[in-house]
Amino acid sequence: MARKRPEPVQIVKQRRDAALNGLVHGVPYVQFLGIEFDRRGDELTAVMPFDEKLIGNPMLPALHGGAIAGFLETTAVIGLAWSNLWEEIESGRFDTDELALGHLPRLPKTIDFSVDYLRSGLPRDSYARARVNRSGRRYASVHVEAWQDQRGKLFAQATGHFLMPASKDD
Amino acid sequence: MNPEKLKMAEQFISAVPHCKTLNMKLTNIGDGTAEMSLPYDLRIVGDPETGVVHGGAVSSLMDTCCGAAAMSHPSSPAGTATIDLRIDYMRAATPGQTIVTRAECYHITRSVAFVRAVAMDDDVDRPVATATGAFTVEGK
Repeated sequence: MARKRPEPVQIVKQRRDAALNGLVHGVPYVQFLGIEFDRRGDELTAVMPFDEKLIGNPMLPALHGGAIAGFLETTAVIGLAWSNLWEEIESGRFDTDELALGHLPRLPKTIDFSVDYLRSGLPRDSYARARVNRSGRRYASVHVEAWQDQRGKLFAQATGHFLMPASKDD
Repeated sequence: MNPEKLKMAEQFISAVPHCKTLNMKLTNIGDGTAEMSLPYDLRIVGDPETGVVHGGAVSSLMDTCCGAAAMSHPSSPAGTATIDLRIDYMRAATPGQTIVTRAECYHITRSVAFVRAVAMDDDVDRPVATATGAFTVEGK
């Protein structure tokens, strides 16, 4: 039997971007920090553009540790939700209309989150990527790395544990 | 409580843009202890369906409060920076309620201050979150 013809690239991209947009733009706190996500295939890079309101030490100046923690936690939660929804998005089972109405899929809940501050956050744009190290039915463990100008020079990293939302088949 | 010290620390915190935007207030400061509050605000909601505040905003409050506790310790000569901070989220904060956190610097060396904190809403018997962290001790 012939293999199913692949869908046109625009359709696939549109579906992925609609899902990602819904996840990111539906959360007020994520909007407050100004976080956006770059997507290349299934790989996400979180971007937090510099803003005065993120400053925690006006003398240096440096970003606030809490703003950095919020950025990393957002990267982890969205990254985890994204990897969890990926199959649904790809198969077309994911309901983007529901999302457009502001009905977000249930997001993972943070159990604990531990941030290492490796150097002070400069008044520049920040980037972060999450890696899901383990994602089970109930619990997940995610590591996040954040950098500013140089990818190899991390300014913060974090590990967190998350409670997964109950799946539809439960 | 020393009113002079509270006033100075209040001024210090109100000069921090991130704390100012979130309307954080320092309500008490002692020798290695601090208490701060974060009023409910729609901008910091993490779950729009329930109105529950995002963990990141709680992190900001606890980080600031732990830093203030470290700096207020009699053995701390000047500023501080967070080395690491771990937060355990016990439950969702009740939407609409102010979050209050108390931090205590329970040990300090020449270079590191060890701090722990607890955050709660109106139901003070059931903590919303706890934090433990290490902070730098910076010379004058």
